[in-house]
Amino acid sequence: MNLEFTEEMIMLQDGLNKFLQKEYDFETRQKLSRQGIGYSEDNWQKFADMGLLGIPFEEENGGFGFGQTGLIVVMEAIGKGLVLEPYLASVVLAGQLIQQAGSEEQKQTLLPALIAGELKLAFAYAERQSRYNLADVACSAEKKGDKYIITGHKSVVFSAETADKIIVSARTNGDTISEQGVSLFIIDKGAQGLSGRHYETVDGLRASDLTLDGVCAEAVLGEIDDAFDDIQTVIDSATAAICAEGVGVMQQLREKTVEYLKTRKQFGQPLGNFQVLQHRAVDMFMAEEQMRSLAYLAAINVNNENDSERVKSISAAKIYLGNARSTVAEQAAQLHGGIGVTDELDVAHYVKRLTMLNALFGDRDYQMQRFCQAD
Amino acid sequence: MDLNYSPEEQAFQLEVREFLRTEYPKDIQEKVAKGIALKKEDYLRWQKILYKKGWVAPGWPKQYGGTGWTPVQKYIFEEECGAANCLRLVAFGLVMLGPVLLEFGSEKHKQQYLPDILQSNVWWAQGYSEPNSGSDLASLQTKAIKQGDHYIVNGSKTWTTHGHYADKIFVLVRTSQEDRKQKGISFLLIDMDDPGVTVDPIITVDGMHVVNQVFFVDVKVPVENLVGKEGDGWTIAKYLLQHERTNIAQVPRSKAQIKRLKELATAQQSYGKPLLEDERFRSKIAEIEVELMALEMTSRRVLSKLSSGAPPGASSSLLKVKGTEVQQSITALLMEAVGYYGFPYVKEAMLEGWQDEEPIGPEEAAVLAPHYFDWRKTSIYGGSNEIQKNIMAKAVLGL
Repeated sequence: MNLEFTEEMIMLQDGLNKFLQKEYDFETRQKLSRQGIGYSEDNWQKFADMGLLGIPFEEENGGFGFGQTGLIVVMEAIGKGLVLEPYLASVVLAGQLIQQAGSEEQKQTLLPALIAGELKLAFAYAERQSRYNLADVACSAEKKGDKYIITGHKSVVFSAETADKIIVSARTNGDTISEQGVSLFIIDKGAQGLSGRHYETVDGLRASDLTLDGVCAEAVLGEIDDAFDDIQTVIDSATAAICAEGVGVMQQLREKTVEYLKTRKQFGQPLGNFQVLQHRAVDMFMAEEQMRSLAYLAAINVNNENDSERVKSISAAKIYLGNARSTVAEQAAQLHGGIGVTDELDVAHYVKRLTMLNALFGDRDYQMQRFCQAD
Repeated sequence: MDLNYSPEEQAFQLEVREFLRTEYPKDIQEKVAKGIALKKEDYLRWQKILYKKGWVAPGWPKQYGGTGWTPVQKYIFEEECGAANCLRLVAFGLVMLGPVLLEFGSEKHKQQYLPDILQSNVWWAQGYSEPNSGSDLASLQTKAIKQGDHYIVNGSKTWTTHGHYADKIFVLVRTSQEDRKQKGISFLLIDMDDPGVTVDPIITVDGMHVVNQVFFVDVKVPVENLVGKEGDGWTIAKYLLQHERTNIAQVPRSKAQIKRLKELATAQQSYGKPLLEDERFRSKIAEIEVELMALEMTSRRVLSKLSSGAPPGASSSLLKVKGTEVQQSITALLMEAVGYYGFPYVKEAMLEGWQDEEPIGPEEAAVLAPHYFDWRKTSIYGGSNEIQKNIMAKAVLGL
């Protein structure tokens, strides 16, 4: 049993922290978020140069083979810096789908380009009626000759506007909510019949609702009708990854709140002298430590062959991340007083991200059901 | 990161499991599993079995009869004991006083007291809290005044667990008034048989007698019964509290209790289905399971740090707070699980089980509500959870 990070991981962590400190201060982040594409192409290239885009991928495809542990380190830093670049969409979701379901040829061509920063990807899986059920796919793909033609709608596709290619889940068989009959397709951003409504998200990121009106798929990814397990596997990994992101956000909120309690004076003394506030700061600290534990546990068990242990570990972490809205986010805002609800202060933006993470890949209720069913 | 034990550790785990399977008395195991009250004799019987095996004092150095186990081995031992519904050792001698004497005691103290602690020949009690000194322990007023080669002790200690079983008691006393209340406190060993020592029972909310108030009236205590120097008491008390907290999270025990809760909720019916299938009830269990999974992993992270040589820091405070919250929520759901049958209060069933008598309602039910009420103590003792939060605010957050 060893729960310490290796030297390699510590070096990665240090490198990321230095980058965030030097080049990713809050003002810079806010400027990036609110103009143009909502992030910096230069930063994306720097991520590629630092090797971040290859973290989870196999060495034979040009990656580092650091797997989920590597993702934890990167995602925790992404949480700390409220990073805007499309790491989750491009690397964690779409990239890992290619690693998981792709043919040798697809892996050999797409992954090295992704790792080099030359190819950006997104993954469109949610639909208006589906809520968090990955098997609820109404968007359909019909075979015409040796091509598949896709028609339907995809909801809140993160980082789709700047993606060169989009992976889409579509139904090729079965009822609207059956796992059997879901397939994955790669479509090009310029494909005819693809249109998008692009928007900012409340937590400063970018997403799109996509309409596919007879879009001809560039390629099939994985097995026709049998993509559900691949999708679930990758969403599980991404769920564990955003739990680590949440840890980074929670650490920032706790540190910033404690700092504020030490410096802000009322009634002639620092707020931190008041026991009621001390205890609430401690509650935030305990929530963060427990979250960190569950995020690590989820990462360790993400490939566990025991289904019950795997699903319970991932759902437990995501449930706890959902709890963080009240145990950490709302506390941080409250303890900052009025300034905590201003746009000017970074705290409000960490609060927003932590709050919105509840809905990503299934909220508390969804995960609770999954947790209980896995028992 | 790797959660697996090494092959050697796995072999050790099997050894412990096999030992518990064959040597842990089945009648005691059943009592613990059903929550039936334990007797002095139960504790002594199990501790003597562990002594014979050489496993009774995992926290002591090997040359004094400890095991020489690594932190991971100790953790495995606790895991297995929890899963097997083992009786918890009486901590006062083995977990608390033993390490204190090893650190602060004279050679004579060690020779005189340690063997009897190991062999469970002498039952020790703890004299810390007083009627007017609870969370503010350092305000304690029990006085020891030196007269020749004796101290004369006057005062009272309370919440003395198993004081009515005890042969001896270690006591924090005030030997002088200083500028700070933490100064002038000393650590004395007192015989419960000494003239002037009396024990009054305190009946707790579950109707049981476990804790007591102990009175000292002009009790003569030889000066050689002082541990350390006069005024060392507070330092020793703090050291001892660290030892009190090593297994404070009680994760293995809580895991066994979750198992018990699920079994009970499977047997109970609601709307013609097992209660466990009731979504609301199932979700409440799940909330606790999630917290417990986090707690287990936090314990392992602390253990991993400990194994690599780092100090535990204030982590024991976190483990205490979260651990007791989990334990208490389980006792609440156990009580809820039996519905109306939380009501009947049958003391004999709590003391002895139902024996030949027909149980009132489900056999398991009689102890559940009393246990819920009794378990409120866990967030109060060992430094209340609010005191733990004060410690974390200061030591971790710098507030």
